[in-house]
Amino acid sequence: MSSLSPPSKKIWWNEPVHKSELMWISLVFVWGLVMTFMMPYWHVVGKQNLGTETYKTTPAKFQEATEAFAAKFTVRTEGPRNHPVVAPPAGGDVYMLGRLWDWWPTIELKKGETYRFHLSSLDWQHGFSLQPANINIQVVPNYEHVFSLTPTEAGEYSVICNEYCGIGHHLMIGKILVVE
Amino acid sequence: MANTTQMLNKVFRTCPDTGLKFHGPAENLIKVNAVAAVVFLLVGGFFGLLVGLTRWQAVHLLGAEDFYLVLTAHGLNVLIFFLIFFEIAILYFCSSVVLGCRLATPKWAWVGFLLMVIGAVLNNVVVLQGNASVMMTSYAPMAAPPLFYLSLILFAVGALIGCFIFFGTLVVAKNDKTYEGSIPLVTFGAMTAAIIAVFTIVSGAIILIPTYLWSIGVVGEIDALAYRLIWWAFGHSSQQINVAAHVSVWYLIAAVLFGARPLSEKVSRTAFLMYIFFLQIASAHHLLVDPGVSSNFKMFNTSYAMYLAVMASMVHGLTVPGSIEAAQRARGHRAGIFTWLRKAPWGNPTFSGMFISLVGFGFLGGITGVVMGAEQINLLIHNTLYVPGHFHATVVLGTTLTFMALTYWLVPVLFRREIVFKGLARWQPYLYGLGMTGVSLFLMGAGTLGVPRRHWDIGFAGTGGITHEFPAAAYTMLALNGLSVILAVFAGAAFCVIIVGSLLFGKKLGDQKMAESWIAKPVTDEEYNANGGSAYAIPGTLVLALVFFVSFALYYFINWKYLAETWGIS
Repeated sequence: MSSLSPPSKKIWWNEPVHKSELMWISLVFVWGLVMTFMMPYWHVVGKQNLGTETYKTTPAKFQEATEAFAAKFTVRTEGPRNHPVVAPPAGGDVYMLGRLWDWWPTIELKKGETYRFHLSSLDWQHGFSLQPANINIQVVPNYEHVFSLTPTEAGEYSVICNEYCGIGHHLMIGKILVVE
Repeated sequence: MANTTQMLNKVFRTCPDTGLKFHGPAENLIKVNAVAAVVFLLVGGFFGLLVGLTRWQAVHLLGAEDFYLVLTAHGLNVLIFFLIFFEIAILYFCSSVVLGCRLATPKWAWVGFLLMVIGAVLNNVVVLQGNASVMMTSYAPMAAPPLFYLSLILFAVGALIGCFIFFGTLVVAKNDKTYEGSIPLVTFGAMTAAIIAVFTIVSGAIILIPTYLWSIGVVGEIDALAYRLIWWAFGHSSQQINVAAHVSVWYLIAAVLFGARPLSEKVSRTAFLMYIFFLQIASAHHLLVDPGVSSNFKMFNTSYAMYLAVMASMVHGLTVPGSIEAAQRARGHRAGIFTWLRKAPWGNPTFSGMFISLVGFGFLGGITGVVMGAEQINLLIHNTLYVPGHFHATVVLGTTLTFMALTYWLVPVLFRREIVFKGLARWQPYLYGLGMTGVSLFLMGAGTLGVPRRHWDIGFAGTGGITHEFPAAAYTMLALNGLSVILAVFAGAAFCVIIVGSLLFGKKLGDQKMAESWIAKPVTDEEYNANGGSAYAIPGTLVLALVFFVSFALYYFINWKYLAETWGIS
């Protein structure tokens, strides 16, 4: 009787399980518990736990908030797209919007300080991919996602879109600058 | 009464090589579904070649518009059309042929088949017209023409009919008493795939029908987050159909090549059931870095829901090679730890394809899937090239290669034709396995370096001066990926040529038995127990399982360390 035939013993669900299989099942089960434990454990000891604070918003409302933020803290404009470079106070709020096909504005942060990021999209879904720090967050229109970011090293960082957003997807890149 | 019985019996034939009983209409339906599958594999594979050669930055074959179009078509043709056509063929085989009964309502099965063909062809038409480059996920509010959603709905309705014909056939077999006791393990596995398919298609309907109505202006707005949640109940579950189906085929191949039976019916069946109970609700691991999803839900979803399904796969990962080892030992390959494996028929593409699939699915696909499914680690990986790297290991090395392996066995049985180009067929699974291993590893390598998925130009040439410089290693990875794609597509094309060539020009077998034996006699209790052996002697498999476990644990913790090095996020 092979796996192509009905079980040879009619009452197959009462057959004892052999110890080689039992050993493996136990090991795998314990491993599942270890992996289950790691996630809440990291919430306690780890420094990388994406915040989940979220508000319903609209593209118009979020654009208004981002423009008000930029108007308040712009220090200069620069770059090929003439973006404002916005330097919020340490510990303050940061607004960044994604739209076809741009991240706006450019943000300047201080190393080691913690900022409250507000992220949303004005049109389709986008992907906030901070490189080379390699932090990747989904950006969804009509939802304002609020979380904290603490840069650990100074330098120029790119925000690349990594959610396909139409024909200009590969043009969608922005900047976050981190200074000492 | 005697006449009707005679008439019904007339449409059956018994395969001289395998002794399997084929119901005529079922046989025809298995043939057309399998042939349709190979056609869509060929189309989708060709698009895959274009994708790989465009990602290779030094070659950069296609323009942006064509790249996104071809990437959309690649995903839909191989991930949806090829796999589901083949799975319908498997469902009919595992019910009607394995149970030796007639297929329920073959006319409806033809209706289902036609709907699937119409849906798949229309979908290709609308995508190739160029206005539907929305990727397989078609994330709202990005919109495709209404026909895009409608064609998918037609295809899904056809597939749903196929599932119900499978269930109907189980009822027929039960009523006609073509078997005694419980259904065979292989049929049981196929049944879990069919149940998951119903869940999948219903989820698909819940999201695609309103999206279709939205595209024609009847519904005002589609919430982007709700779309993601429900789409993935459909999108991820459809991968779970593949897993349940290809694991069933692993057991099937172990049975036909070695006469193997499961180590324990109870364990293997429970593992299949766990796929139904758990992974269905684990599809939220696609939303680990989305707004509006709480940490508790994410942790519950990836632990309770996902890890228990992972446990099921790890159990199959032991019991499939374990059952082969026990059967090989019973048939005399007892020496040492690995003689049973060394003496396996490595020149038979049905075996080599199946075994490469088992290893690739576990080591490359399984481990990486679990690692990136951890709530926090997902931050490093979400939407990078790591994701396609992972699923080329699970779906292509796992499912596609398994289906190829089965096809080599099926062609002589179903079509009564010998396989042509036997020399090429011997090598084909190795070449395809090697190519796809490369694709998977190099895409994951590039993803680890932050390279985004579904992205035409990581050199940012057209941005007017705002650029990002990825490490040189990322470019090397993409070039190596391009070379691997060429190898894999060559081997995939070789498969299509061998199969189509065999159907057209293979030596006709008719009622003659082939020279080689085509199905192994089931190993008996006496054989298992001879010379102090047992049906559970699997030391070699346990060693392999431990190697797997150690690799898994190491890679898992390395990623936590990698995570700890990035910016603080809370």
